[in-house]
Amino acid sequence: MGRFLALRLIATIPVMGVVAIVVFVLVRLDRGKAAAQLCGDICPPERLAEIMTRLGMDKPLWEQFGLWLLQLLQGDFGRSIQSQIPVLKLIGDRVEPTLSLAATTLLFSVLVAVPMGVVAAWQHGRWPDRLIMIFSVIGFSVPVFVLGYVLILAFPLSLGWLHVQGFQSIGAGLGGFLARITLPTLALSVIYIALVARITRTSMLEALSQDYIRTAYAKGAATRTVLIAHALRNAAVPIVSVIGIGLVLLIGGVVVTETVFNIPGIGRLTVDAILGSDYPIIQGVLLVFSVIYVLINLVIDVLYTLLDPRIRY
Amino acid sequence: MLTRRLVGAASAAVIAALALPAIATAQEKKTIRAVMHAPLRITDPIITTAYIIRNHGYMIYDTLFAMDEQQKIQPQMVEKYETSADKLTWTFTLRDGLKWHDGAPVTSDDAIASLTRWSKNDAMGQALAGATKEWKKIDDKTFQLVLKEPFGLVLDSIGKPSSNTPFIMPKRVAEAPANKAIAEHAPKDWHIGSGPFKFAIGEFQPGTKVVYEKNADYVPRKEKASWMAGGKVVKVDRVEWINVGDPQTTVNALIKGEIDYIEQPVHDLFPAIKKSPDIVLHDFNKMGLLGWMRINWLHPPFNNAKVRQAVLMAVNQEDYLAVLVGDPEYYKYCASFFTCGTTYESSAGAPDMKKPNVEKAKQLLKEGGYKGEEILILHPTDLKAITPYGPVTEQALKKIGMNVKLLAMDWASVVARRAKQDAPAQGGWHIFHTFWVGADLLNPVTNAGMNAKGPKGGFFGWPEDPDMEKMRADFIKETDPAKQKAIAEAITKRAFEQVMYVPIGQMQFPAAYRKSLSGVLDGPVPVFWNVEKK
Repeated sequence: MGRFLALRLIATIPVMGVVAIVVFVLVRLDRGKAAAQLCGDICPPERLAEIMTRLGMDKPLWEQFGLWLLQLLQGDFGRSIQSQIPVLKLIGDRVEPTLSLAATTLLFSVLVAVPMGVVAAWQHGRWPDRLIMIFSVIGFSVPVFVLGYVLILAFPLSLGWLHVQGFQSIGAGLGGFLARITLPTLALSVIYIALVARITRTSMLEALSQDYIRTAYAKGAATRTVLIAHALRNAAVPIVSVIGIGLVLLIGGVVVTETVFNIPGIGRLTVDAILGSDYPIIQGVLLVFSVIYVLINLVIDVLYTLLDPRIRY
Repeated sequence: MLTRRLVGAASAAVIAALALPAIATAQEKKTIRAVMHAPLRITDPIITTAYIIRNHGYMIYDTLFAMDEQQKIQPQMVEKYETSADKLTWTFTLRDGLKWHDGAPVTSDDAIASLTRWSKNDAMGQALAGATKEWKKIDDKTFQLVLKEPFGLVLDSIGKPSSNTPFIMPKRVAEAPANKAIAEHAPKDWHIGSGPFKFAIGEFQPGTKVVYEKNADYVPRKEKASWMAGGKVVKVDRVEWINVGDPQTTVNALIKGEIDYIEQPVHDLFPAIKKSPDIVLHDFNKMGLLGWMRINWLHPPFNNAKVRQAVLMAVNQEDYLAVLVGDPEYYKYCASFFTCGTTYESSAGAPDMKKPNVEKAKQLLKEGGYKGEEILILHPTDLKAITPYGPVTEQALKKIGMNVKLLAMDWASVVARRAKQDAPAQGGWHIFHTFWVGADLLNPVTNAGMNAKGPKGGFFGWPEDPDMEKMRADFIKETDPAKQKAIAEAITKRAFEQVMYVPIGQMQFPAAYRKSLSGVLDGPVPVFWNVEKK
């Protein structure tokens, strides 16, 4: 296992190298945008040229890339072109809201979706199964922003419960944290519950058709034991895969939820940076999330060995 | 049993925790939570003209002079000033009690350095600099402006209310090169001003949240607050600017009471706002905003005045206003280059911009030699206040027989592309739209659209017209208000003849705030002094 982990970690280096090149080239395709934004409304050509020079945009692309790479190797992600604040600080300030939302969504979704999938498989073809599948189809179909507005209308505006928007750190009080994170969690969870519930159902159906399940029933095992100890454990590998990939998608896909509920997370930082052509931030966020993506995949691979002893690396 | 008890106790804890915010709110400082029209990321109000940065400037900096509700320039940081008989020497004395947020006194050196930097970037500042022989320090509180030629707009320049507003900064900050942001030049001091609020730098999250705290050391003037002038008395402990990306969420948060103030709610949501008994809509900026269609003079077919005139004839302001604002209560027809309702408003030489004259426009196109060239309109799709303009112009120009193409892009791309002087087919452009606040269009100097210096010094579109430049120079030198007005009228006539740009109407953007706020001032800029919160 140790060798596997070491090899996988080493393998991330070329992956990150490719990511760095792609990110750099994509972001720099339109080099003039950032300078033009800084130049403002009264922008004579010579001033625009001065700003381009100051930002190093007049240098050849390979030279800019070399300088950036050198900075990166020293742990320096650069500074925001607009606010002059270090990129890592900006990302650090925004990580907590996004991770909090991803974590609460993951927790809530798994707690709801896995039992739903198990029940649907167990009651295959009966009304609980159909009900859960109908929910699943609706969950996939309703856009997050529509659900978000419906939840805001139903709870804070009609009933006066919970907050419309914003984020409060859990460190500043559990009440404030829950009052603000509940609605975005609900809105974001629905599609995720639909996804995990469907995968759980499918995996469980396959597991429940195996001989060892018949054997377990024949031995007189209780239904709950059969479902959880025998079937679910054996059906867990694809479920964990989907949860893992879903977590990555969640972190990357919270932009809409963060916008509707005004959560100052990574998603909004990225959108703001793109609109403002603040390319050091865009590069920084993409790189950090590429690392997270690689690490999550690594964790999933390790989890496989724990869930299924037959898997060896 | 134990499990049930545990569940019960946990539920009680969660309910108690959810109730905590209400208790905490009652104990916290008096804070106004405001959602402004844009997020704040850059903090240098001299390096760029963005209005959100100007608004930030008014929070933490102060100005030597300021405009009141009579549109007169009044002393602000200045206690007294006098002019020599020949009007070439102006002596200013700073008032007592002016202090920077770090406790140091504000001095003449600070004022001179600030005005010197401002005059490199601002159009009126550049005009003033052109007539200036020197800024001279007399002592720590007194300094002089010595002119080499008459300049009729000294106070209008250093008391101008909108971008770039001549804010006074500490000398070490204001010594930043004019093209380098103060945060880059003075990383430790860039947030220090002498204004009524202090910038809470530790809580600054660019693009998300800005916090200002009351400056307890600020000594307000004794006069009543009036627009940007008068006593800036702060009546709350903190002001927080929160950026909420979604307009609907912003209004929902206001209705729920999570925020107190929205600077510019979108007009579509006014019905929901008006339904709430706790919210008031306040049209604080009577000068409003004015839309422009800017034409690029550098390339065919618009290097011919007749083709530009054809476009002017094709436009119906009502079409733009109706599509952007909708409710006629919040817009008005304004066939003037200078803000309607202000001193130099004039329609001299203007066509009837409520009724397009399609036949005349077609004839002008013919006389101008239009050969069916493709007209490229830069069309930002991410800026609610500008996005609707492109398709309206497209339709108007198609009606007169022009071959039009909308180039959809984000605003950042428009900003980058409009700076390019290349031919439209090689990455340039023919037309883009923008808007300015009325306070920026008060006279022929502040109005960037009247700049006719051409490709080497004008606003994007780069009109070149020596006659216009001569009239603007005459306006600057003239000290008699009646004669200034006559010159402004002649400039208007010339501007319509040459089509410096196409004015597309005046719009009002009222603020919405909860009735728990009182004392919100009128003016061209939203400010938070004088505002009380119950």
